[in-house]
Amino acid sequence: MTVRMNRRGFIATAAAAAAVLYVGISPNGALAASGDATALNPFVRIDADGRVTAIIKHFEMGQGPSTGLTTLIAEELGVTMDQIGFEFAPSDPQVYNNLAFGPMQGTGGSTAMANSFMQYRNAGAAARQVLIEAAAAEWDVDAAGLDIVDGRITGGGKSAPIADFVAAAAALPAPAEPRLRGPDEWRLIGKEGTVKRKDTPAKIDGTAQFAMDMQLDDQLVVVIVHAPRMGATVASVDTSAADGMSGFAMAKPLPDNSGVAVFADTTWQAIRARDAITVEWDNSAAEMRSSDQIRDELIAAVSDTSTWAPKGDQAQVAAAVEGAAKVIDRTFYFPLLAHAPMEPLTCTIEPTDNGGVILHDGAQFPTFGHMTLSQVLDLPMEKIAIRTVMAGGSFGRRANATSDYNRECAMAFALTDRSRPVKLVWTREDDIKGGYYRPAFAHRVRVGLNDRGGIIGWDHRIAGQSIMKGTSMEQMAVHDGVDHSSVEGVADTPYAVPSMSVGLSDVEKATSVLWWRSVGHSHTAYVMESMIDMVAQESGADPLALRLSMLPGETPAQTRMASVLKAVADMADWSNTGDRALGLAVHHSFGSFVAQVAQVSGGKDAPVRIEKVFAAVDCGIAVNPDVIRAQIEGGIGFGMGHAMRNQITLTEGEVDQFNFPDYEPLRISDIGAIEVQVMASAEAPSGVGEPGVPPAGPALANAIARAGGPRVTELPMMTQVDFA
Amino acid sequence: MRELRLNGKTVKVEAENGTPLLWVIRDELKLTGTKFGCGVAACGACTVHLDGEPTRSCQTYVEDLDGVEITTIEAISGDQVGAAVQQAWTELDVVQCGYCQSGQIMSAVGLLTSNPSPTAEEIDTHMWGNACRCATYQRIRAGVQRAAEILEA
Ligand code: FES
Ligand code: FES
Repeated sequence: MTVRMNRRGFIATAAAAAAVLYVGISPNGALAASGDATALNPFVRIDADGRVTAIIKHFEMGQGPSTGLTTLIAEELGVTMDQIGFEFAPSDPQVYNNLAFGPMQGTGGSTAMANSFMQYRNAGAAARQVLIEAAAAEWDVDAAGLDIVDGRITGGGKSAPIADFVAAAAALPAPAEPRLRGPDEWRLIGKEGTVKRKDTPAKIDGTAQFAMDMQLDDQLVVVIVHAPRMGATVASVDTSAADGMSGFAMAKPLPDNSGVAVFADTTWQAIRARDAITVEWDNSAAEMRSSDQIRDELIAAVSDTSTWAPKGDQAQVAAAVEGAAKVIDRTFYFPLLAHAPMEPLTCTIEPTDNGGVILHDGAQFPTFGHMTLSQVLDLPMEKIAIRTVMAGGSFGRRANATSDYNRECAMAFALTDRSRPVKLVWTREDDIKGGYYRPAFAHRVRVGLNDRGGIIGWDHRIAGQSIMKGTSMEQMAVHDGVDHSSVEGVADTPYAVPSMSVGLSDVEKATSVLWWRSVGHSHTAYVMESMIDMVAQESGADPLALRLSMLPGETPAQTRMASVLKAVADMADWSNTGDRALGLAVHHSFGSFVAQVAQVSGGKDAPVRIEKVFAAVDCGIAVNPDVIRAQIEGGIGFGMGHAMRNQITLTEGEVDQFNFPDYEPLRISDIGAIEVQVMASAEAPSGVGEPGVPPAGPALANAIARAGGPRVTELPMMTQVDFA
Repeated sequence: MRELRLNGKTVKVEAENGTPLLWVIRDELKLTGTKFGCGVAACGACTVHLDGEPTRSCQTYVEDLDGVEITTIEAISGDQVGAAVQQAWTELDVVQCGYCQSGQIMSAVGLLTSNPSPTAEEIDTHMWGNACRCATYQRIRAGVQRAAEILEA
């Protein structure tokens, strides 16, 4: 699929019989205004009664685009947050493509705000401009003297609601480059207390519609008996024990034999029938290794010369390190992790009268889902519509190049006569056992110090299963053999490290793997920040002072990283530690900089508890400061919770864990208060959904070590640390 | 056919013995505010009130509900404590993905009904079973405290 890229975020308007004003991007890629929704793909719609609706191209998994992108339209247009609503855009990769990804529509890599900031502001500004021009013509005044304030066009001694000019504005062409409001005019962007989340009301009274909430007339529910091992296939199915169970419709192997689809009228009936069905598996092509073997392979790989060399000359650096006065040599291991979003995976395929289908989904990569359905159901793209509903979390899981659960639902739908809607439901067990994990990784780092404790060489070797290789993302993400997502956060560290080499070895596929909130940074930050604390300890330096000395301000990244460090140190009163055990970590990811200080109690003789966490974040212009704080708070919980106690292990290829009792989520009692400071910045907005995660694990690890507990280099911590 | 008392009304349901209340509410009565998170009483997303007591509906069976008053998130605003909790949740923008929040609110209402001014520790103990994968915990804690203030005023 090819899509015209449109770097300047041109916009188009549109007008129709019913007097509706749309502003968005026209098929030629220009900003356009129209009354006809089919003439362009809208970012904002204004109805005849003046109601404004922001059309959100990114899905909402809690990270806040339904608030953030709405804020941008409201700001530029000149309406209050109460005067604007939102809805999700349909799947149209031609228009709603994520400018960071190229020709596809999707949400990920913490890009929602970064790539939409100009597009949505331009659309809001263009809408303001055509409305003002329409009013100026009618009132016979100079448009330059008019503005829209709180939904009213005002100036030249006149004032009227925007509703009065919707029809006239829709007939006007959109300005090619609308005037954007400057930061001094902003009433909403970056202003504390002015914006409440737009999705709160429906999420506190049970009315928010998640994909799991689809209840279509006559729908069939399908659950899948999944192969217990990657690569196993269905050998035989015995449904006799389910025959006659109420609501049970049928059970058939999926066409690729990866599982058996069990259909029933309701979810519970399907789950019960699945429990009753026996499936024999053919394991001849199945993965039979255990996670201990995979771990050993990874550790062996980092003990050897690396296959790929993303940075520096490994042999040269190794020689320098070996000749150093002192060498700190540490090996780290990170287990497989599941995303376990609160809402288990689900989607519904509904047949339409014209022989097409509608996919109802908390769609993170609608373009891939769209193409997958087209292929599996043998339908042209235009006969498929995607309706995006709320997603109950994702952490990366709903975004995947193979659209696994969309594909599964489509395969199941194709097993029916296509007359009834089919809703696929994964149970928590399917989710925990279902693959697409954060890959396991090992790192070995040898840092050579001179006799004054200064770093003279840093030999860093990484091994893991590549996320991108062998997928449609490979071309974009893999260069010279190096999957950047395996080494990001190390190979591109802002720290000034003298004589650094980074090596990477891939290991063979053991399970399906996928990006997991913060991707490579989920392990690389842990290693970098733990090592730096170990260097500080060895050389008797203060961990803050050492970090600052490695950030001399030679690059903008060093300057921004140093300033979040100083800010968090102030918040935590770092120079007056007293008897508090504080752990520091900082990391740069997704364009943002986050520093954290974890304060723990216990550690030596008593169980560890996280008493308090401080964080400072620089994510460029902070559109909604409170949404940013919430994302950092959540990222800290997510990062610390998994570091504390989560892992997926395999025994002879089968996943050992089954549900939350053995993949225990962070609980409210695990973590005390979190304080987040959002730094003032004039830089372009960057990510906030992921950058809170990477420093969380190492801040906790460093705090535990400073509290007299063990230096944990193998996760989860729980195997060595007793938590309260 | 059997009768249940739900949100102040009598409703008729067909579900067989052994069917968890969660699925009766969601699939038969089509009230989808009560969520499925784990099915094994380990996450709290399915929390409803049985005679005012927060209870995991995924482990409550339809045949055990004779004469029991069931309340779900859809009706909690009719309860004074429920309305205060919803107000506090709005003021503090507690939600992220929101999927756990029906259960969080039902548990919080149960706590505040029996203990109008809980300490942070009591909140942690009571809310322990309500997992939030988005980790909105500190706002949940603050939200319960804020609701207590609203109720006191
Ligand atoms: S669904 Fe009932 S506790 Fe998780
Ligand atoms: S808000 Fe997402 S799980 Fe709690």
